[in-house]
Amino acid sequence: TLRLIYTTTAVRRKNVGASGPEKYTEAFIKKQIEEFNLGKRHLANMMGEDPETFTQEDIDRAIAYLFPSGLFDKQARPMMKHPTEIFPEQRKIQWGEDGRPFHFLFYTGKQSYYSLMHETYEKLLNAQKYQDQLTAQDLSPQKEKKNLAGNRWLTKIELEEMLLEKLSDVDYSRFIQLLQKLLTLPCGDIEEKYIQKFCKEVPAQLKKVVIEPLKYDERGVAFSTGEGTRKTARATAVVYDNGTGKITVNGIDILHYFPVLQDREQLLFPFQFLDRIGKHDMVCTVSGGGRSAQAGAIRLASAKALRSFVTEQEVEFMRQAGLLTVDPRVKERKKPGQEGARRKFTWKKR
Amino acid sequence: DGNLLSKPLSHPDFFNVKELFSLKDLFDARVHLGHKKGCRHRFMEPYIFGCRLDQDIIDLDQTMQHLQLALNFTAHIAYRKGIILFISRKRQFCHLVERTARECGEYAHTRYWQGGLLTNAHIQFGPGVRLPDLIIFLSSLNNVFEPHVAIRDAAKMNIPTVGVVDTNCNPCLITYPIPGNDDSPTAMELYCKLFRMTIIRAKDKRRQSEIFNELQ
Repeated sequence: TLRLIYTTTAVRRKNVGASGPEKYTEAFIKKQIEEFNLGKRHLANMMGEDPETFTQEDIDRAIAYLFPSGLFDKQARPMMKHPTEIFPEQRKIQWGEDGRPFHFLFYTGKQSYYSLMHETYEKLLNAQKYQDQLTAQDLSPQKEKKNLAGNRWLTKIELEEMLLEKLSDVDYSRFIQLLQKLLTLPCGDIEEKYIQKFCKEVPAQLKKVVIEPLKYDERGVAFSTGEGTRKTARATAVVYDNGTGKITVNGIDILHYFPVLQDREQLLFPFQFLDRIGKHDMVCTVSGGGRSAQAGAIRLASAKALRSFVTEQEVEFMRQAGLLTVDPRVKERKKPGQEGARRKFTWKKR
Repeated sequence: DGNLLSKPLSHPDFFNVKELFSLKDLFDARVHLGHKKGCRHRFMEPYIFGCRLDQDIIDLDQTMQHLQLALNFTAHIAYRKGIILFISRKRQFCHLVERTARECGEYAHTRYWQGGLLTNAHIQFGPGVRLPDLIIFLSSLNNVFEPHVAIRDAAKMNIPTVGVVDTNCNPCLITYPIPGNDDSPTAMELYCKLFRMTIIRAKDKRRQSEIFNELQ
């Protein structure tokens, strides 16, 4: 044993960083769970509901009602969740009473990651052995093309959560390379189940825009509706077939509603693009925004309504012309320390 | 119980490890083949039998003696329930070594060695870790052909080592070196088989002696 000769008080001071993140004992977590369950029953009593059938959503609603908070950050508001969601899962002590660790790769440091690599490599060797057996018996290996389009590998963070261990980028890329190598071999059903643990389905993001069919009103005239927005203006347009080119906005004719030529040009642009200026009637309602914003909103609404009258190729042309895209530009906020959104205060040299 | 631990120490070969291998087995597994003359390490010269067409041949008689001492030592450690750690940085045999360790019920480390695993164990693993009582090197060099850091660390932490040293390795800090080939698959499989059989034999003997003592 070492004999202490001389130390300073600085050595005796507790090294806060060396002990790592706070470790929660099992007893502590059990106590927290008991307190949570008691609190849940009290809350149910307070709200006048049945304590037995009080779900997590009810708890969230009750807390939002009893402790209203105007804070923007949802994580900063008062919340009451089960302790397993709040306290992150931690590794318990890895060795038994006699000191022998439980896992055979404990002394590597990253035991779960390396045991995963070990298992995957074993599957690879099995697949190669199976392939050798088939070639020895002169049987061709079955090649079933798996549908790889809708799948993606687990991300590094998801893998870290699965293994409860920190990984580095190199480790993660190595593991993905091993899995890809395993896929390239003509492996059978044995390995597919194992690989599916590390696959995730990507939901198809292609949203086919559904063009509504034409509707017919009492007189037998075909019409269709469309909605459009621009800045703060909201507009709905109803386009009738077999018309003369009359356009009414909020019950007022466009010549009176939009005195400026530019706004009327914006309204007529979709019809001009499709060469249908004198063929359609339009009745629209618009609210909010300013002069130009209302014009833009009605333009978008009428273009959306015209999609039902027109072929698919012309719809594609309209989309490429930008008639069907919502204009995302809105007023930028003013920042403190500046005169406006971009304009800074006058800079004086001295 | 004093009998339990002192009885094996009275015999020179309590676990009869000599019968596990013979000179012919070592020769068939190509244990005698070393590297070329240019790769020869100065301290391996006593263990080399000769040089044929520039390739060093290891003296199998000396290998037999060293192997017997090493296996006897591992058997004693396993009998006294010590922790054994297998180390090999050869990528070819990493799976084999890990499999051997798992079958024995002991531990293996065939991956990148993080600096403070032995010397900084209390901080890396947690307070109260038990360090290995024996480290077996199935290849004592790492991937850059330098002596493995664990040899030096084990010497620092007073942990005895058993190691297979090839003609380009440094046998200095290893307590029970075994001069022999560490590159052929047959040689590695032979070593794994021998270590596995000794450890299992020693553990079985321990269990039998404990049952025997309880019955008395």
